Amino acid sequence: MPLLKDGRIVEDPWRHLDDAESLPDGQVATVSLRRWTAEREALSRRPGRLGLRLPNDASPLALADDLASFDLVTLAFPRFTDGRAYSQARLLRARLGFRGELRATGNVLRDQLLFMRRCGIDAFEVGDRALAEDWPRALRELDLFYQPAEDGHPWIARQRALAG
Amino acid sequence: MYRYDEFDRRFLEERVAQYRDQVRRRLAGQLSEDEFRLLRLMNGLYLQLHAYMLRIAIPYGTLSPEKLRRLARIARRYDRGYGHFTTRQNIQFNWIKLEETPDILAELAEIEMHSIQTSGNCIRNTTADPFAGVAADEIEDPRPYCEIIRQWSTLHPEFSFLPRKFKIAVSGAAEDRAAVRVHDIGLYIRRNEAGEVGFEVLVGGGLGRTPIIGKTIRPFLPEAQLLPYLEAILRVYNAFGRRDNLYKSRIKILVQALGIEKMRDAVETEFAAMSESPLTLPDETIAAIAAHFAPPAYDAPAAEDEAVLGLALATTPALARWVERNTAPHRAPGHAIVTVSLKPPGRPPGDCSATQMELLAELAETYSHGEIRVTYEQNLVLPHVRRSDLPELWRRLGEAGLATANAGLASDIIACPGLDYCSLANARSIPIAERLSRHLAARDHEIGKLHIKISGCINACGHHHVGHIGILGVDKNGVEFYQITVGGSANENAALGAIIGPAVPSAEVTRAIDALIEVYLRLRRQGELFPETCRRVGLAPFKEALYAPA
Repeated sequence: MPLLKDGRIVEDPWRHLDDAESLPDGQVATVSLRRWTAEREALSRRPGRLGLRLPNDASPLALADDLASFDLVTLAFPRFTDGRAYSQARLLRARLGFRGELRATGNVLRDQLLFMRRCGIDAFEVGDRALAEDWPRALRELDLFYQPAEDGHPWIARQRALAG
Repeated sequence: MYRYDEFDRRFLEERVAQYRDQVRRRLAGQLSEDEFRLLRLMNGLYLQLHAYMLRIAIPYGTLSPEKLRRLARIARRYDRGYGHFTTRQNIQFNWIKLEETPDILAELAEIEMHSIQTSGNCIRNTTADPFAGVAADEIEDPRPYCEIIRQWSTLHPEFSFLPRKFKIAVSGAAEDRAAVRVHDIGLYIRRNEAGEVGFEVLVGGGLGRTPIIGKTIRPFLPEAQLLPYLEAILRVYNAFGRRDNLYKSRIKILVQALGIEKMRDAVETEFAAMSESPLTLPDETIAAIAAHFAPPAYDAPAAEDEAVLGLALATTPALARWVERNTAPHRAPGHAIVTVSLKPPGRPPGDCSATQMELLAELAETYSHGEIRVTYEQNLVLPHVRRSDLPELWRRLGEAGLATANAGLASDIIACPGLDYCSLANARSIPIAERLSRHLAARDHEIGKLHIKISGCINACGHHHVGHIGILGVDKNGVEFYQITVGGSANENAALGAIIGPAVPSAEVTRAIDALIEVYLRLRRQGELFPETCRRVGLAPFKEALYAPA
């Protein structure tokens, strides 16, 4: 599926493997949390970039020691009303210091992008490429925010303090 | 009163432009109704039985004359000339056109108002004691903390897609006038032994299908830690609150399932991990917000004030009744807090016409230092009235049908919009309230304080569980019936009413309430309120009177 990343629509370079599929060395691929848990030893020694698909009912805090193995963590939005992954994203960025790609997958809608990016998500699965041409604009609709978050953007209380 | 600065203003302008574009995309067919639904709900726009309903936030129930006049203009220009004040201290307009909503929001932004988060599964408008800053029994003014919560919760990126809606209430007085114990999070301002300000934090209260009184999760939270602690509670709820069943998704169900101890462990663990949070409030931030709520410059009462008022009271019994019922003690000498009843007998509770709004704006300027409050009981308050002005204010209010002397009495009924407006309701509420208030008004002063609350369905927007007498509309094979509860209370001693027996048909409601009131009048002891009598004598006498063969 195409992705919105760095303000552009790009093809997804990653393969998303079923648990039964073999994982050749050097393959840029994501695995499920179940597979990672079962094959952690082997997977962490394998050369090549690895990604993790994190279900939205798993605690990211349990992965504190594993995150160095991943270049990508995908987060799940099974329905756009299910907001658990927003908290996962903030924990991964702020609490655990994850610096790789955080990707929103599933029912990702234009008008959620800004919330997602503020929580530290920096890549978004795009369902319909034609409709998504308008998506980068969604990220620029607001530039004032009342909370500190994970997008490095200043927040209003801080801006007030600086303004004296 | 809080005034927007440049940041607040620019933020709201951006938000209105964003919403205008969302409506444009919906009207152009680029958004499905399902996708748009979420966006309109983030702006308080509901699709009701007959039209769109727009719910506008009145943060912690505080209005200026300028704001009230603008609401009057919106009522005239975009609705049918009136608005409806709600149990969340908000106002609703029931006859709105979708294509006009961006213009309405732009009109609101000009006077520092919006409809953000008045619906949807997010943190809703924070409510507070309507007597904040003026009540004689106040420990600390809750409004600065409410404003801090308002800003923090506005478009919160992490907590805008919660399992379900989330409501916070704050009280800083001895008497709880904000129903704090039936909120998802309730905050009582406390002082510790060192005299420092903080909060007793309650969690998991709520009404609806499963009414529960909130439990204390933290007896004393230092004020600086308010936002990190709220964020810790919300994060635990966002991760673990149920999403499989709409009716089990409020935080009260999570607290009930885990037990308060496990809930506390989870929240405290999360809170401990946030020790370096940038949300920790510096003293200067609290002081800067609190400065917006400095009391007005009251006139010192003149020596003859009380004598003049006393003479008017002695010669005008109707004025005396109104002053007795609709004013409360003020912290400033020679002043009173005035409740303006929106419950004239036989009228829909909480309705206010554009003409009345404009009059109230003018009266607030003349008599109340330019301030108006909204109560969750669906009345308005003029918080700073000099006692010697009471006769003239009463006369002016009376000319507009706004001087009903029934604050807190039997005809001061809370009711949700019910089946006439709401797509969720099973039964009508407003016609029942109209009938009851017309019937009870003549006996208000004999009966004394009595809180009757009516909901048109199990979602309990009319707070029936915590009414001294609660009335719940139910549907029995297409016929409207009403289930009656007794003994509830919404204050600092909050209690849930007990169901008294089988529901009664609509035509029987007035007779049933009369029967309950007769028992109360017969059995009450001096000064005893309805729920206290219920607790002392039990349900049996009430049951007997209600279900006795006629």
